[in-house]
Formats: sequence, C-alpha cells, structure tokens
Amino acid sequence: MSDVNIGPAVGAEVSSEGPGTPIEVLRVEGLEVAFSRYGKGWSRDRLKVISNLNLTVRSGEIVAVAGSSGSGKSLLAHAVLGILPRNAHTSGRINFMGKALTPARLKKLRGTRIAFVPQSVEYLDPLMRVGRQISPDRQAVLAAFERYRLDPSVAELYPHQLSGGMARRVLVASAVVGDPQLIVADEPTPGMSKELADKAMKHFRDLADAGVAVLLITHDIDLALGYADRVAVFYAGTTVETAPADDFDARERLRHPWSQALWQAIPANGFQPTPGHQPYAGRLPQGCLYAPRCPRKGHDCGHHAPPTVTIRGGEVSCCYAS
Amino acid sequence: MHLSAQNVSFGYRRERRVLNGLDFCIRAGERVALTGPSGCGKSTLSQLLAGYLRPQSGQVTLGGDALPHAGYSPVQLIYQHPERAINPRWRLRRTLHESWHPDAQFLDTMGIAPEWLERYPVELSGGEIQRFCIARALAPQTRFLIADEMTTMLDMVTQAQIWECVLEQVTARGLGLLVVTHSEGLARRTCDRVVDFRELTAG
Repeated sequence: MSDVNIGPAVGAEVSSEGPGTPIEVLRVEGLEVAFSRYGKGWSRDRLKVISNLNLTVRSGEIVAVAGSSGSGKSLLAHAVLGILPRNAHTSGRINFMGKALTPARLKKLRGTRIAFVPQSVEYLDPLMRVGRQISPDRQAVLAAFERYRLDPSVAELYPHQLSGGMARRVLVASAVVGDPQLIVADEPTPGMSKELADKAMKHFRDLADAGVAVLLITHDIDLALGYADRVAVFYAGTTVETAPADDFDARERLRHPWSQALWQAIPANGFQPTPGHQPYAGRLPQGCLYAPRCPRKGHDCGHHAPPTVTIRGGEVSCCYAS
Repeated sequence: MHLSAQNVSFGYRRERRVLNGLDFCIRAGERVALTGPSGCGKSTLSQLLAGYLRPQSGQVTLGGDALPHAGYSPVQLIYQHPERAINPRWRLRRTLHESWHPDAQFLDTMGIAPEWLERYPVELSGGEIQRFCIARALAPQTRFLIADEMTTMLDMVTQAQIWECVLEQVTARGLGLLVVTHSEGLARRTCDRVVDFRELTAG
C-alpha cells in the first residue's frame, strides 16, 4: 500500500533532513457518536455523546484534546481506533493520510502505523510476558526498549511486576514498535507526580519531533500546554476551539468563550469559576451547545449549530468569536 | 482543636512500611496542602487521619482523644473518584441524607440543583456527584476536611467552581482543611501552608 511509505520513519534511522514538511495524518470531520440504550420497558433511544467534532493532526505535532473526564473525549480515541462498543453508532468522516479510514484499512494499520497508548498497564494481558505481547518480533521489542532505557530483562516480566515509571515506558515503547505515523494517547498521566508526568510528555514530544502525529487526550490542560503544539478544547462532546498552545498565554488570544472560561479557571490565571454546567448527553440543547451559559449569546445561537471558522490561525465554532 | 498523627507507622505488606514513625499536625481553621510524588504515602496518611485505616503503631488523635470508631466522624475524607464513594443504586437524595439534611440554601451555595436529588448517579457527571460527596461531608459535626485529589478529574472551570464553594464553607465554619494534590498552583490557591511529604518522612 502506498500510504505506508509516506512520512518519515521513526526510530534509530530518522532521516538526516528531519521530519520535513508537515502532512495531514489524521482528519476527523463532523464526527458523531451515539449509543443506543434501553429506556423504560422495551423502548430504545439513542444517546448522542459526540456531535459535530472536527479535528486534524499533522505529522510532527502534538494535538492535545482537553476536557473533563466523562465528557466523551476518550470516545474520540476509541472512534479513531475503531474500538467503540457494539451499541455505538458513528457518522462523519475519519481520514488517515488523506484516505478514508475504513474498518478493513484500520485493521491493517492498527498496531503498526496507528498506535494506541492506553492509560495504564491494566490494558495489557496480565497473563502474558510484556515483551511477547508488545510484538512477536523480539528484535523490534528490544530496539524499542533500548530507546526508552528499559533493560532487555523487562521483556520477561509480567505486567504486575512493572513499577509505575517502567510501566509508562513499556506502554510508550509498545506504541513505537510498529513504526507509527499516528499515536493516540488516552490520558497517559493521571495520578502521576509532576516529574513523572513531565517525563511521559517528553517521550511524546520526542516522537512528534521525529515526525509522528500525536493525538493526546488529557484532562490536564496545564500539563498539555507545556508540550502540545495545538490544543483542541472539548465541551459537551464536541471541540469548540482548536488553538495554537501559545494562545493560552493570554485570555484575549483565545477565541471561544469556553476556552476563555477555562483559561481564567487555571490556578495561575486567577482560579476564577464561571457559573453553569455542561449539558448531559441526551439532554443537549438545540443549536450551540455552549449557548445556555454563554455571555455573548445572540438570538440565533439557540437555533442552529455554529459553523467552524478559522480566526487568527485557530479554528473556532462560535458565531460571535473574535 | 488539633488533628494529629504521632509517631504513626503503617504498611500494606509486612516487609515494606509506607509510613514509618511519622508526625503530622493540623489545627482547626488551618489550610494545609500536602504534595509529593505518587506512591509516597499521601493517601495512606489521609486515610489514617480520617480513620479509614488504623495505624499499626503510634496514634491519631482529634483534640487529644482517639478518633471515634462509630457514628459520624468529625474528620471527613473526600477522594478522587466520587462515583466510587456512593451507592450507585441510590438516588442522590438518599446518599446526601445519609449524613444530614441540609437546607435548600446550603445546596444552592454548593451548586447543587434541586432536581439532581431525584437522580441516580449515572444520570450526573463526575463533578456533580462530587458536589454531593462534599455536601455530605459537610454536616455540622465536621471539624476537619481532607481533600485527596478531590477535583483532579474535573475540568478547570468545575474545579474552580467547587473550590470556591468549599473554601467559603471552610472559612465560615473555621474548619481545618488538608488538600492532597499534585498541582502546585492549586496548593497555593487553596492553602496557607504547603508541606512536601518527603520532608515529613525525612524529619
């Protein structure tokens, strides 16, 4: 397949000219995810958890998706990887390297060109030695281990025998074994101390600098800002703004009122709360999802979903963004 | 009134002690943040201070007396996963009323909407359930509140909302507050004194 040859190789033999011009590795357009569930009696309804989500990740960059737990951002990762549960219905488009990511194509690319870094070793098979479950190719495993300063003997351990820091490196190592172009990392840092979290983020930064596209899902916006190139701000199952990470230096540089609300709630920026609650899946408001608590709300906001527009180099879904 | 741990030791396995002869003290009205690397024993200390665990040697005292082993504890612990601290099959009204019957005004200051009382936990978000856990822990008998990564899984706006409510209550009632957190910014915003756990164990 032609697409597996596009993009720089990752690993010991990174080409001397560096990652080169960024290419669009992942494009998510108008993604919707709904779960069907049983209501009272035999009735079934659909619970929409992701709506109108747009996102791109280019080679050589980290795009952080920031939002609270349970807001549905992990489902974005699962949708990209095709590992949503059976009662999930998806619509919209997911492209990888310019072509639709069909289930057949995904099956071929997953684990090699598209890699997943899960939250914890609990995602590994507890009864299998870590080396063998990462890849049957022992040489590739040892090469990846060497990269993260893991002793070859670690390959012979079972998941429960790994210390926290070792486990983190094993999970990252497992993602680079297949020479990926896209890495999807789901909450790789919760519960870690600042030092350990910084180390984990540094691994992703190095991979991106070598040309990999990294989609980083996190609730820790503070931490993400130090490493990501762009930040996609998640609200009620959709991205309201995708901004260069530097724009989080000042409130005025952000475009969407929710991003600004997040900014001023960061302890170092004032710890100022904004009233209101995110709407629940299944009880989403008509029109703009942020309208019920938006200070800039106009007459039409409650009627139609805002289009995504590009302003000052960032994308925003708000009719009144400036 | 003081909440203190004197020469406390605890370990989950015999060969390895998490805490070894540790001393710690917090006064009523004082706000202390506890920071330190993962797995160093911060949560273990929180659980010892709240009476969830009993020290293997040494003692935990509240105002000079041992912690009560039955009834409502004046030392209340709130932890990171609110959905694990409640009964998933109870409506939140029942969960809240386990400890006390706050009035409508109190619920309003905690940011709890009246209609949430009739819902089951699956129908609320983590932040909303956490508000119930905090409200439940703030019965009139409470003297000390221990917040172990209480808002870590929430978005920043919800974190700021919840801390605003909690700090207001803590100040109004003169409660002692212990905040366990990895966030330096949060520690400085919520507390008067920041203690590095490693200094406690070294000294």
